[in-house]
Amino acid sequence: MAYPTDRKYTKEHEWIHADGGTATIGITDYAQESLGDIVFVETPKVGAELTAGKTFGTVESVKAVSDLFAPATGTVTEVNGDLATSPEKVNKDAHGSWMIKMTLKNPAELDSLLSAADYEKFVAEEGGH
Amino acid sequence: MSSLEAPTVRKTALNAVHRQMGAKMVDFNGWDMPVEYPAAIGCGIINEHMAVRTAVGLFDVSHMGDIQVKGPQALEAVQHLCMNDASRLQLWQAQYSAMLYPQGTFVDDVIVHRAPYGYLIVINAGTREKDFSWIRDNTRQFDCEVKNVSDDFTQIAVQGPKAAALVQKIAKADLSQIKPYWFTMTHLQWDDAGTKRGIGDVMLARTGYTGEDGFEIYLANDADGVAVWNLLLELGKEYCVLPCGLGARNTLRLEAKLPLYGHEISDTINVWEAGLDRFCKMEKPEFVGREALEKAKAAGVKKTLVGLEMVERGIARDGYKVLDDSGREIGYVTSGSPSPFLKKNIALAYVPLEHSALGSKVKVEIRGQGAGAVVVPTPFYKRKKT
Repeated sequence: MAYPTDRKYTKEHEWIHADGGTATIGITDYAQESLGDIVFVETPKVGAELTAGKTFGTVESVKAVSDLFAPATGTVTEVNGDLATSPEKVNKDAHGSWMIKMTLKNPAELDSLLSAADYEKFVAEEGGH
Repeated sequence: MSSLEAPTVRKTALNAVHRQMGAKMVDFNGWDMPVEYPAAIGCGIINEHMAVRTAVGLFDVSHMGDIQVKGPQALEAVQHLCMNDASRLQLWQAQYSAMLYPQGTFVDDVIVHRAPYGYLIVINAGTREKDFSWIRDNTRQFDCEVKNVSDDFTQIAVQGPKAAALVQKIAKADLSQIKPYWFTMTHLQWDDAGTKRGIGDVMLARTGYTGEDGFEIYLANDADGVAVWNLLLELGKEYCVLPCGLGARNTLRLEAKLPLYGHEISDTINVWEAGLDRFCKMEKPEFVGREALEKAKAAGVKKTLVGLEMVERGIARDGYKVLDDSGREIGYVTSGSPSPFLKKNIALAYVPLEHSALGSKVKVEIRGQGAGAVVVPTPFYKRKKT
């Protein structure tokens, strides 16, 4: 699939869409497909401090619990209320379903993340083994 | 000296079909098995689960094991090994049972079938070798023959309210004559683009592990199991049949409170704790584990298996701790998962007797925090009698 070019990606299968000093975060279509039916998402509260690379929540499928890893450092400003009632929306449209919004302490952190093209290559290799 | 090789993963006769359908595969006790089929073909654990509850689903269960016990003292051997009363079985009848260690704990749970040649004991995939050795070693004193025929069968489970209708399309026998927990030997026959095809010597048992009506089809491995699988998928289209993997198999049996070896039953859990009293015939004068069970009953059971329903947000999973209201650890979850049919998060857990009454409030420790749950009646799901 073609991954949207308006955002960056992590090797942990999150996407981050930056708009100046704030960003929106979700998981990729590859992630939702690998997980299967998503039944539960645990996110931090508004005001929580996130550190790039550290876990900030969990996403659960019927069978398994998966950690969510922060793509960047900053503070949570908003959490998507839909996640509590309709987690399956993430399966239906992973790139259109955001999980959290945050301020970016250091927007330059995103420079080291994967572009859409690099992420596509990365998942092609991962799925290939 | 030869180097240690990683054990080769085992495949059923249907393995290529699962892979070709795009199933997510997992190593299950050394077997390469489908967990779930793709969302793109309408599958996924939740859809597969609901197909079995409302229509019909197909499972490849060829990884399960099969042991035959034959000979003049086959019944005596089975009575010695298994806790249920096999002497009550009529020809073509089956019963749920278990083999116990001398301590009254579980070797495995089984289904015992009384066939014209003797007894067929169907066992779990993960305990094939252990069970065969156990049966062979504990029946030497009887005039009987123990044969491991696990590799001889392809086994397909067809489960759900429409299962009988689907299987009847290809079965010669009149399935309405086969009651639950009975079986038969019959032919399968179908029309393949004008050519009549068939498979003889097929065992059809009205058994399953889903809490629904259904049949398990046992085919010889050299029969065309792939053709039967594909045929059932094709003919089942009118019933909205789905192929189902181990993921749905687990959520279905959990809702129906069917035990899974290594979880609700194991070599450290006895029959009374597991709540399987009704399958344990203490009026039988002798069977392995009977003495220990008598002592355990006299001493009083300390823990018991209960059903839990989460009342606070969170999913209880296998191995999670169960806590009392003050946060003290009192037990553990044996199996836990979202329940696709009930749309709740459910679990089975061992707790002390004083916390086992219906309505008792407990907590399940999820990632370091206690989430509220309540003891509920089981099974969580029971199919309506038609």
